[in-house]
Amino acid sequence: MSIAENSIGIVSPQTARFDQVLELESQGQLASYDIVYETYGTLNSQASNAILVAHALSGDHHAAGHHDDTGKTEGWWNNLIGPNKPIDTNRFFVVCCNNLGGCGGSTGPSSINPATGKTYGTDFPIVTVKDWVESQARLSDLLGIQQWAAVVGGSLGGMQALQWSISYPQRIRHAIVIASAAKLSAQNIGFNDVARQAIRTDPEFFDGDYYQHNSSPSKGLRVARMLGHITYLSDDLLANKFGRDLRQKAKFDYEFTPEFEVESYLRYQGDRFVKRFDANTYLLMTKALDYFDPAAAYDHDLAKALQKVTAEFLVVSFSSDWRFTTERSREIVRALQTNKLNVSYAEVESPHGHDSFLFELEDYASVLRAYTNRIADECEGANNE
Amino acid sequence: MNKRRLSNSTLTRHDLQIITDWIEPNSRVMDLGCGNGNLLKHLQKDKGVSGYGIELDPALVAQSIDNGINVIQTNLDHGLGHFDSGSFDYVILSLTLQAIRNPKALLEEMLRVGKQGIVTFPNFAYWHNRWQIAIGGNMPVSEELPYKWYDTPNIHLCTLKDFHGLCEQLGFTIESSIAVKQNGKQSMTLKLFPNLFGEIALCRFSD
Repeated sequence: MSIAENSIGIVSPQTARFDQVLELESQGQLASYDIVYETYGTLNSQASNAILVAHALSGDHHAAGHHDDTGKTEGWWNNLIGPNKPIDTNRFFVVCCNNLGGCGGSTGPSSINPATGKTYGTDFPIVTVKDWVESQARLSDLLGIQQWAAVVGGSLGGMQALQWSISYPQRIRHAIVIASAAKLSAQNIGFNDVARQAIRTDPEFFDGDYYQHNSSPSKGLRVARMLGHITYLSDDLLANKFGRDLRQKAKFDYEFTPEFEVESYLRYQGDRFVKRFDANTYLLMTKALDYFDPAAAYDHDLAKALQKVTAEFLVVSFSSDWRFTTERSREIVRALQTNKLNVSYAEVESPHGHDSFLFELEDYASVLRAYTNRIADECEGANNE
Repeated sequence: MNKRRLSNSTLTRHDLQIITDWIEPNSRVMDLGCGNGNLLKHLQKDKGVSGYGIELDPALVAQSIDNGINVIQTNLDHGLGHFDSGSFDYVILSLTLQAIRNPKALLEEMLRVGKQGIVTFPNFAYWHNRWQIAIGGNMPVSEELPYKWYDTPNIHLCTLKDFHGLCEQLGFTIESSIAVKQNGKQSMTLKLFPNLFGEIALCRFSD
């Protein structure tokens, strides 16, 4: 496979160093840290065409293009970001960074703690969505972006877009919140905790300091990912894809080897994931998801939490997403409406469950394209004045 | 014949003008079944209104966004439960009433979230429809109602007289009511017998 013609092409990440202390919501702090990021497209002279893409649980800064020409290093949102794509790099300057606590190169649990000279491990402080927005604001300053044309994200990324509109109302014109929620449900927190327990009870976890032991809780992380993967897909999709199909034989072996197709698929997904992902990062990301609840400080009234918001919104949800249901998105839409804010909402029919936001589904892409066109027209209109 | 669903995308300039004249400048408007968003776009430009369009069809949702209006993808048959009471000055239901499963409940919802309701619908008592039934013996097929009886989304057709009757039953006050021809031409017969000569009925009502 080679790189598709309409791709942004070969891209390379950059690293920004920050030596200003970052005070965290958890009362912890980071004295200094690195943020790894990629950019696509060109920033216009007024720096008004910048879009920040925020990644979800298992994502990173490599959202679009390829790192080499092997065809194996495609960015996670390459189908939606690129020349003439819904997030059009001919018109926008797109930025995506690896969040703090991540394992894509930004400072995280596997980085060296300057205070001890050893890897952070579980000494890495808990980071929240609000903290990420803070760190992204500093990156914006560094890039000379006073105001984002839009902040865009799916799932946990959508939470960051929402938080941006609350933390920095004057620095964001549009928020695109996809397959997301203003807070997780008890069921979601439950799933996250099962994933965390799988990791933390793995004998190779060593209280999070597995790097010192040249080891990793890969069995636990694998189970966590298998569980996650089931919940990101829909029941119908798994039924259609695998049903009760057996791998090779027509009859049961009556053994514990993987016999059903779905078993081997999930194991394969788990194996692939542990090769690229750090277990401590998985723990941190799931905690960030669980803690996110901007309404909590406002009597649990989301409309109150959004009172100072000025950004315009596009909210998108997917019919078969049972982890971040359409109802969670509607809560956001309603709170925005209560504040008489500009918001459009699309409820896209899709069989792909929560993972739908990663696909280039026709109705999804056309809504996204229509909305980003509007943003680009605004940017270009303002530039021509 | 183009069998696109009736919606305010198909409103004539004349109908559009009547609705526009009813709307106070800078008011809050919700447009139910907003189609491609033309009506709301027109009201935004002409009257400085703000608000939201409601649409179910995904292609029309994208077109509405493209048209620069706020659009919320919602099935009107599921009600307006996601909208705060009294949050709009006008709630418009244009050329959509006939496709609603429970029109009575929706009309009540319209006056829960809005101070006034504006409804437009194809007047089933239009003489040509009567002619097709009376003489031809068939369910009417026309430009406004292009479907056959078995494939029509227009499940709740009514006449201007029927609609007034329902408003009375619900305790609504009719603020304005007018019947028009598709070509926009006014005539004395239309004025005297709107239920017979009006193709499209437009009504504005409040609690």
